[in-house]
Amino acid sequence: MNEFVATAAMGKRVRGRALVAKDGFSARYDLDRTKGVFSRQEHKLAGQSYVDRVLVLDAAKGGVATAWMLHEMAARNIVPAALVLNTVNPIMVQGAALADFTMMSGFAVDITATVPDGALVEVDTQSNPPCLRLLDET
Amino acid sequence: MRLTDAERAMLAGEAGPVRQWAIEHQMRVGRYLGAADFVRVSQAHIMADTESLGVAGVQWLERLASHPAEQRRVRIPTITDPRGTDFAAAAKLKHQPWMLDLERRAIAAFEAMGVLMTDTCINYQTIMPAVRNEHMAYGDTGVTIYSNSVLGARSNFEGGPSALSAGLTGRTPRYGYHLDAHRRATLKLRVTYTPTELSDWGALGALVGRHAGDYWQVPAVLGIDRVPGSDELKHFGAAMASYGSVALFHLDGITPEAMNLPDVADEGMPVHATIGAAELRAFRQSYVGRVDKIDVVVFSAPQLSLLELHDLAAMLDGRRITVPTLAITSPQVKSDADRMGLTARIEASGALVLSGMCFYQSYAREMAEANGWQALATNSAKLTNILGGYGYRPALLSMAACVETACRGRISS
Repeated sequence: MNEFVATAAMGKRVRGRALVAKDGFSARYDLDRTKGVFSRQEHKLAGQSYVDRVLVLDAAKGGVATAWMLHEMAARNIVPAALVLNTVNPIMVQGAALADFTMMSGFAVDITATVPDGALVEVDTQSNPPCLRLLDET
Repeated sequence: MRLTDAERAMLAGEAGPVRQWAIEHQMRVGRYLGAADFVRVSQAHIMADTESLGVAGVQWLERLASHPAEQRRVRIPTITDPRGTDFAAAAKLKHQPWMLDLERRAIAAFEAMGVLMTDTCINYQTIMPAVRNEHMAYGDTGVTIYSNSVLGARSNFEGGPSALSAGLTGRTPRYGYHLDAHRRATLKLRVTYTPTELSDWGALGALVGRHAGDYWQVPAVLGIDRVPGSDELKHFGAAMASYGSVALFHLDGITPEAMNLPDVADEGMPVHATIGAAELRAFRQSYVGRVDKIDVVVFSAPQLSLLELHDLAAMLDGRRITVPTLAITSPQVKSDADRMGLTARIEASGALVLSGMCFYQSYAREMAEANGWQALATNSAKLTNILGGYGYRPALLSMAACVETACRGRISS
């Protein structure tokens, strides 16, 4: 099986290489947004670039700043291609709505345990229901 | 989503393009999160420091603010979270002119939209607390969790764009904590030690938040053996929201919806975990163990109440600090602290009392680089959680230990 149905999605359909971890996501808490890397030392992706990657993570974390920061990151083009989460919070949804950012969440499986790190994936926000496709696992 | 005639009119642009954008934004959010309709809200609270906004966000606000007054002005009382600087102390913090310029532009845009620049994350202590079952659009996680849990109000986390939208439309999508079904407990935790220090209330909140894990979990906490005060629950909730993205908790026999726990928690629900003094000690040690010499001591996140400043003044009386020490409060509390002599007593030690900002919302990375700050002591568990990503090595100490550390320059616990 290489297609995983989500309960909700928004933004454009995108393809990209997955950056995967069983960890949370907060733009303020976890990122150096100037350099485009995960900067929190305790984060499982610490030191890795998120630019143009499809981030596949567990849950939205932290405070409300991400609602602005996705827009700010997109304006500078130092931004992930998409955010795929097991569980969202309203802030991620609000931020994605402002930035017209691609986001998807709510799977029948733990998506972080299912998508291999580095796999080429398609985040299809336009299909009904929306789904994540594994295109190439290498 | 079901819309009223007024909402359909806004969506059609009959109230102008600003309100049309606002309701379209709210509908995108509401559809994603399963809202069936809108609920009227009586206040909105906007988090919009300029580090988060960036140049793009400020320009976006300015575009909204350029519309005619009748189209751009908010329809309900709309207030603000801390700003990105204290203009009176910006030079001491080494905030750069471009930061102040962005701040001034954001403030001008908000004022043009009729937003009240309260610049506080403790509005529930200083501006106007919510009433039980009052629907709100609160844009600070600490404000939301306190108001939902301690006051029985109803709000989701409303990030800046959504809180502003709520101010413009007077409503918000009805999902999450506006609904009875989402306010029931999803896990039970037992506490065997009731903290006495604010830092330990924060540590307890952090551990509860870690167990909860995501926004949709509602922890019910059993075993707190006395009624905590507002500052204690402020630190408890703010840390829980920070570590767990939690927006609502219940305390058995204490918080308003849990006076009779079975009203909000299924009786058969097992206790998920027990948290005691040993777990709190281990949590503190996980931070303190990383640092010795301290570069800066910070009391912030949330902003300090008048009573916290009173305690801090008493601890600093007759003392002299040896490392930069910042005590950050709201503009409302600051004027009282000035009038009552608390500011003068704290600043006599060499410490600085700042207002209208919060440390982590005020270009924390740039302050670290400009001032050479890495090792930081604080009594805020929330702050310890946030600052790692900004390059700091934070230590969580009690207020008294922070004061000793500020005077000696090394960790004193």
